[in-house]
This record gives sequence, structure tokens and C-alpha cells, in this order.
Amino acid sequence: MTTPKKLWISIGIMVLLSPLGVIVPAWFGAEGAWGEWGLNEVEKIMGFVPAGMKRLAELWKAPLPAYAVPGQRTGLLAESLGYVLTGIIGVAITAGAMYSLSKLLTRRNNSDRSDKD
Amino acid sequence: MHIPDGYLGPATYGTLYAVTVPFWAAASWKLNRTLKAKQAPFLAIGAAFSFVIMMFNIPIIGGTTGHATGATLIAILLGPWAALIAVSVALIIQAVLFGDGGITAIGANCFNMAVAGVFSGYAVYRLIAGRAGVLSRRRRIAGAAAAYVSLNVSALLTAVQFGVQPLLERSADGQPLYSPFPLSIALPAMAIEHLLVFGFIEAAVTALVIKYFQKNDPEMLG
Repeated sequence: MTTPKKLWISIGIMVLLSPLGVIVPAWFGAEGAWGEWGLNEVEKIMGFVPAGMKRLAELWKAPLPAYAVPGQRTGLLAESLGYVLTGIIGVAITAGAMYSLSKLLTRRNNSDRSDKD
Repeated sequence: MHIPDGYLGPATYGTLYAVTVPFWAAASWKLNRTLKAKQAPFLAIGAAFSFVIMMFNIPIIGGTTGHATGATLIAILLGPWAALIAVSVALIIQAVLFGDGGITAIGANCFNMAVAGVFSGYAVYRLIAGRAGVLSRRRRIAGAAAAYVSLNVSALLTAVQFGVQPLLERSADGQPLYSPFPLSIALPAMAIEHLLVFGFIEAAVTALVIKYFQKNDPEMLG
């Protein structure tokens, strides 16, 4: 098997295992990353939401916020399935974008150059 | 470590865009001259790896979570310029599609995890690995140490950017406008968790993957 193929299988396995990134924190009662709270949580911690934060936080509505699919139910099973699904989408788009960008960057310099790494 | 929209004021996020864009330009310039078409699949895999490794949130019991970024590992395998772009692409997709990290904070997050994360990790790796053979244990140790340093550099920068907001951005009546947490809270909170836990996760992942390549595909470490 070629190296890229083997590595793609590894990435696939990682995507399938990615719900561990939701389940394990839930088991240990960990609440998400420091400094990545939503406006409600900031209000709970501070007792108020800073004015500029409120304005900027609502600037962009991500299509698949927090790696969840639209209409996803609550609970670890639904979250895990949503995580795998959005993980597949994210990996595909990230790899596609990086591949296209690499092709764009290399279109001028293929075999006709003396290349070095 | 993905700073959301609203935590950084315009002075900070503007500055960090202005700092990061030249690195993207330099990386493109560099790759335009050195990258070979047959390496494109490996860059795609590198970006995908960075995307997916960041989904593995690791908990601190009763506390917060953190994750590895893959920045050092990708820099070791593909070189720092390719890694800078690969991690940036992952971070941009995370922000735009999944709201993981803010749109205004793309410059900041890419500076912290892609630019600083990659170059600090790569520098430590080169320094420790020296002329050690591709199959040597020293390469793994170098990778682990580099990954540990790299993630902590990223976390430190993130904490400083959070922590200076109450100093930089205040309303007329002295209320913080953006991240309200001062350096005295942000710095220890971010530093301790990365120094004690997440840095070691990044180190372990990096060393294990280097070991995998040493065993199965040593030319990847060439």
C-alpha cells in the first residue's frame, strides 16, 4: 500500500474515534476550553457581557457550529454522531482546500526546475 | 486555544492579521519555489491531520479541555513553510464552517498555532535532533521536546492576547469591552494546563508518529 493511502486510513480511523473528544471530557466533567465560552457562559462567570464582545460574537454565524449538524438532538450519542459527520465534512474540505492550494502553488515548478527540499 | 469572536478588540486582532498575512505570503513564495506536485497529497493529509487532532478534546478533571495541534509534527515531516500553511488552512476551515475560533481572530489563531507553533517547534527539533540519524531515539526525543515547547508557546501567546484586553479596550466608564479576564487570570489558567497536561499530549502524539515513520516509512523523515 502506498504511504498516502496508509495515512488516509489513519485519518479515517481518527475521525471515527473523534467522539472520544466529546465523551471523555463529559465523563470527567470538563466544561470546554478556557476562554472559549459563549455569551451566556461569560454572563454567568462575570455577571455581564462586555459590549464589544456582544457585538463581535454575533458577527458570523457558522453553518455547522460546534461540530453539530442542524437540528441535532442533545445527548452524547447524538453529539458523537454529529461529531463524526462534521469531522468527515471538515477533513474533506480541509484536505481538498490544501490539495488545491498546493497544486496552485506548484503549477509553475514541476520537473523543469532543479528542486531541493 | 481557538480565540472566538468578541474576545479580542480591533487593535489586537487587526495587528495579528497584519503580522500573520506576511507569513502566509512568505510561505506561499517559498512553497512556490520548492514544493513539488507529488507532495500535494502529503500537504492535504497534513492539514487534515491538524484538523482532526484538534477534535480530540482532552479533559482536566472538573476543569477545562485542551488539545494537540500537530504543528510540530507536520513541520518535521513537511517542513515549516508547508506546516504553516497546512495548520492555517485547518484553522480557517474550523472558524468559517464550525465557528471554532472567530473570524476576526483568524489572524491571531493562525499566528499562535500555525506561525509561532510551527517555528518554535521546528527550531527546537532542529536544535536537539542535530545530525542524529533518521532512525535514532534522539529524533523522537527532539520531536517530543519540540512539540511540548511549541504548544506551550502557542498557549502563552493566546493567554497574553486574552489578558491584555482589559488594559487595551475599555469603555468610557472603565468597563472591559472585550475579554474581561486580566493577565493575572488568563496567564496562569492557560499556562498551567498546557505545561502540566496538554503539552505532554502533543509531545506523545509527535513522538509516536515519528516512531511509526522510523519503523515503516523512514524516508518521510529524510
